[in-house]
Amino acid sequence: MKLLVAVKRVVDYNVKVRVKSDKSGVETAGVKMSMNPFDEIAVEEAVRLKEKGVATEIVAVSIGVTQAQETIRTALAMGADRGILVETDVAVEPLAVAKLLKALAEKEGADIVVLGKQAIDDDMNATGQMLAALLGWPQGTFASKVEIADGTATVTREVDGGLETVALALPAVITADLRLNEPRYASLPNIMKARKKTIDVVKPGDLGVDVTPRLTTISVSEPPVRKAGIKVPDVATLIEKLRNEAKVI
Amino acid sequence: MTALVVLDFDASGIKQPARSAIAAAAKLGGEVHGLVIGSGVGAIAEAAAKIPGLTKVLVADAPGYAHELAEPVAALLVALAGNYSHILQAATATGKNVLPRAAALLDVQVISDISGVVDADTFVRPIYAGNALATVKSADAKKVLTVRASSFDPVPAEGGSAAIEAVSVAPVEGKSKYLGSELSKSERPELTAAKIIISGGRGMQNGENFTKLLDPIADKLGAAVGASRAAVDAGFVPNDYQVGQTGKIVAPELYIAVGISGAIQHLAGMKDSKVIVAINKDEDAPIFQVADYGLVGDLFNILPELENAM
Repeated sequence: MKLLVAVKRVVDYNVKVRVKSDKSGVETAGVKMSMNPFDEIAVEEAVRLKEKGVATEIVAVSIGVTQAQETIRTALAMGADRGILVETDVAVEPLAVAKLLKALAEKEGADIVVLGKQAIDDDMNATGQMLAALLGWPQGTFASKVEIADGTATVTREVDGGLETVALALPAVITADLRLNEPRYASLPNIMKARKKTIDVVKPGDLGVDVTPRLTTISVSEPPVRKAGIKVPDVATLIEKLRNEAKVI
Repeated sequence: MTALVVLDFDASGIKQPARSAIAAAAKLGGEVHGLVIGSGVGAIAEAAAKIPGLTKVLVADAPGYAHELAEPVAALLVALAGNYSHILQAATATGKNVLPRAAALLDVQVISDISGVVDADTFVRPIYAGNALATVKSADAKKVLTVRASSFDPVPAEGGSAAIEAVSVAPVEGKSKYLGSELSKSERPELTAAKIIISGGRGMQNGENFTKLLDPIADKLGAAVGASRAAVDAGFVPNDYQVGQTGKIVAPELYIAVGISGAIQHLAGMKDSKVIVAINKDEDAPIFQVADYGLVGDLFNILPELENAM
């Protein structure tokens, strides 16, 4: 069984992002970049499926600038077998990413595509769903547990009121939620080994996909800042303020 | 120009986030229709018809639409899309699951979690966990949007009288099957609809303290109980209690944060609350920077006092 896992290079989650002064976007120059945390969870799940003997090969795919190869190397160090970079300078949107991944999933004959549920830069939460649509595959989004047996993926999903379980006939798309697993740290020997693994580089045109964005960013601005209020000395004052000043209780 | 809003509901009726999505659709300037999808949902459709602002309620009622699985629902939306310029749903778990799938089938780039409507093509949405707001204009002929419910005041539940129309699109047979749900049982309001929320963090120390110290106050206030990621990670309460970037986005009238330090990912989920109260023993905790009223002290003393005083 072959797994495709999609990984995105994003601003590291520890970085406090700053909006550019010309309001064209957020500052990414000289900022630490890392693998999208939800994609790390997706890679970990793929590696565990291989360790369990369910998967035989894991192909890590990233779409973006040349440096996204580093993100693929991270996935290779965690246990993916080889990588594919779809190289483009265009800020690709989920629909275009889904089209590129569809082309690769078909070319590779993938049985499962695993992705993070959302990227922490654009927060779109869409690529997995869009990919499943284009492939005509079932989708198990926001997964907190995945079991594969007899051509079926049983996926427990995080929904608003709790958990929901669905059975998906393979091939299928799965998107990882926060608590699917805890991603491993790549060991030094595995980081060394990952350097020898292959990364193929292709262009969107090679896959016959037009990645022209559908959305134009008019502006990016800072959200309104909330001002700190006052400290109250005791519970009685707090209740008095909530009743008579804020009038919320 | 007509917008179609997919309405989230449960056994008790149309959910509040759906009424916020209608409010967002109303800002587009055209007519707004509602869509109820499920099995045996006649009463839900009747409730939907009372919502002011909807001129028509479509009902897709068939066993194949039960549990709102992504494949049949996305196919249904595609079948109905011809009549609509915009398709919207609140950014609930269902909306986030289904609308991007429908958008891809329509060859449209979905716009997720909009917090503002500028015009029929232009929308505001938070990015980077709400640390920036992007205004984006869509070049797609149709728009598919999920709506951040906490950013739009919901329209009232009653006062309208829309026509109800059955939709005769047979559900497509998908390759996924619903097996079951484990839903948290609670008599309290839902987090995304509650007017008051009291949330606990790592400082609560364990799950029993949630039950012993937070629940009684929540009951007195008619509040929902939430939690920080740290409290959920520590196993104090189930995942669906989580307020924050990866959990629920809430904006109640009053948010009481107890023993929560105020990590950026938690603030992303609650900083639009009207009034924020922070109770924490660390006076330098970042939560105090967003709190209207801060009380520094030991929550194990403060909470019983608060309960008694209410």
